[in-house]
Amino acid sequence: MDQLTRRKFLAGASMGAAAVAAGPWVIRARAQGAPIKIGVVLPYTGVYAVLGESITQAMELVFARENWTVAGRKIEMIKEDDEMKPPVGIRKTEKLIDSDKVDILTGPVHSGILMGMRDKVHNSKTILIVSNAGADAISRERCSKWIFRTSFSNWQPNQPMGGWVAKNVSKEAFLVAPNYQAGKDMMEAFKETFVPAGGKVVAEDYPKLGETDYAPYLTKIRQSGAKATYAFFSGTDAVNFVKQFDQFGLKQTAKLCGAGFLTEPDVLPAQGKSALGVITGHFYTPLLDNPTNQKFVKDFREKFAGKMPDGFACQGYDTAEVIVRALKAVGGNTQDKDKLVAAIAKVEYDSPRGRFRFDPKTQNVIQPFIYIREVKEVAGGLNNVPIDKVADVRDPGTGCTLPA
Amino acid sequence: MPLLLDIFAQALNGLSYGVLLFLLSVGLTLIFGMLDVVNLAHGSFYMLGAYAGLTLIAATNNFWLALAAAPLAVGVIGVVIERSCLRPLYRRGPLDQVLLTFGLIYLFEDLVKWIYGGKIRSIPPPDLFSASVTIWGSTVPSYRLFVIAFGLVMALALWLLIERTRLGAIIRAGVFDSEMAAGMGINIDRVFTGVFAFGAALAGLSGVIAGPIQSAQPPMGATILVPALIVVVVGGLGSLKGSLAGSLIIGQAETFGKAWLPGASMLIIYVVMAAIVLLRPQGLFGRPLK
Repeated sequence: MDQLTRRKFLAGASMGAAAVAAGPWVIRARAQGAPIKIGVVLPYTGVYAVLGESITQAMELVFARENWTVAGRKIEMIKEDDEMKPPVGIRKTEKLIDSDKVDILTGPVHSGILMGMRDKVHNSKTILIVSNAGADAISRERCSKWIFRTSFSNWQPNQPMGGWVAKNVSKEAFLVAPNYQAGKDMMEAFKETFVPAGGKVVAEDYPKLGETDYAPYLTKIRQSGAKATYAFFSGTDAVNFVKQFDQFGLKQTAKLCGAGFLTEPDVLPAQGKSALGVITGHFYTPLLDNPTNQKFVKDFREKFAGKMPDGFACQGYDTAEVIVRALKAVGGNTQDKDKLVAAIAKVEYDSPRGRFRFDPKTQNVIQPFIYIREVKEVAGGLNNVPIDKVADVRDPGTGCTLPA
Repeated sequence: MPLLLDIFAQALNGLSYGVLLFLLSVGLTLIFGMLDVVNLAHGSFYMLGAYAGLTLIAATNNFWLALAAAPLAVGVIGVVIERSCLRPLYRRGPLDQVLLTFGLIYLFEDLVKWIYGGKIRSIPPPDLFSASVTIWGSTVPSYRLFVIAFGLVMALALWLLIERTRLGAIIRAGVFDSEMAAGMGINIDRVFTGVFAFGAALAGLSGVIAGPIQSAQPPMGATILVPALIVVVVGGLGSLKGSLAGSLIIGQAETFGKAWLPGASMLIIYVVMAAIVLLRPQGLFGRPLK
């Protein structure tokens, strides 16, 4: 704070001088027109920086469309880098809530940070719109009146895949995911429908997050004789796993299926042809042919040097869209938090992923569809082509009793 | 019999991982042994090698050319860093060198991010080694067999260079007593620059070699540093033989840990390191501590 004193003093002094010069009119305008502060806690460095970047870019795209103004008030984004480290993320959350006094908080990517920030958010009655982290608990026993989620619960993209894989790929699967909460959540959700559909889990393995050599696991997959592999990885893990899976010649013997993050556009170019034929479940693919998505893909690619929007960008888009629509509904009044929460809960519109609405039971998004997608070569390179879909996927919300 | 096949398959995996670790760590240990500098920016040279390789492959579509040229480019960067930054610090304590090379990690990471962006990239394996082969019932990517052969040949070549050539003798003399070597008419400054550049080039080489197996992203330089340091500590600071032995041991320990004790796989290499350091504080082939 100390080094800012002089600048603050100058700013304060000049504002004071302006107020004196212009009279009471300016002071009134400032009280009503103070910027709406949107706090953002995302990773901007480290291996998940690309996720933070996609989410932020799409948020900025939506806010820029509104000329960074809603109901006569400016929108100000305060971005903090959580470095994917829970202690850092929690500290940044406290800073945004206590000293910046943000009106709405968004983020994080890491489920551990979300679980760590949950009580602070809940107790300080700060509105949090989760723009990625999928920890199931936030839609279940740890749900909160103040927390919404525009992204997904870990359960959502995986649960429909269990039955689909058992029916269309194989009844014998090897499960593999990184050794942390999200990895385990996702495999459990898969099993929920895979086992009742007659599927048998041959074996499951949980390599460490950030693994670089999957050879020991790939050898085990081959020796297990499983006809299908169901995996969740993202970021560099997804690139390393998919490439090595192909190099070990497993694609011919054990069909690779998984949660959509395995082949998102952030990793697909680096995976290259190794990803061909991989089948994943996800609520989004840039190939969806609804008009909102077509406009989103076009605008996004124009603004960000041809970059293909991914599911993370869709989450950022929806986070910002929900904020804009709710603020318009309450006329920019962020003081009455109960009213703002009610307005957010009621938001409904056409998102790039389909009709967007929150589940009143959990305040988690109802996925209009979980698309079963296969990586194919299409115009513009490799992409996730939808081959099937499951409608209205909502988290069971076991143990969530809103309003909490 | 199935158990034996399993052991064979995993040992092969461990060997390919170990050889990769050797290529990664050998430059670090050489620089330490010769210059007494703990070069924390070693991982950055690895990253620069990977990105130089990517750029060359994108331009020429030739993996082998990239494998030859990228290390040279990184070696040139090594010369610049040694001459401009490290040289003034030789007379100062190791802490200054650690701080400098630690700072270089951030500098290079931001530089790469600035030029290439934060996107994940990867190097496709050369066409010659893009398939997999079956040996005694276990399937191995042929590229990994190439890595094993390449790494072992490199180890032999390095050993011959240092132990059996005139250049090697000059380097060893410089390490043993740099003042005396200078008195014998050896340009010791140039030897130091050369060794540092060579170590950097080896890191760059491993960046290209690892490319088809792993992915490239700016933080890779920092993440690879930990396993490389573990190998150097286990093998003994500054020892070529130690670097090879350490890599192969850590490679096998980690691979069998993942395969047989998945719950404890993250711990195993640290346990191995702690055990070796307890029994031999100087590492397997390190000079005895004074």
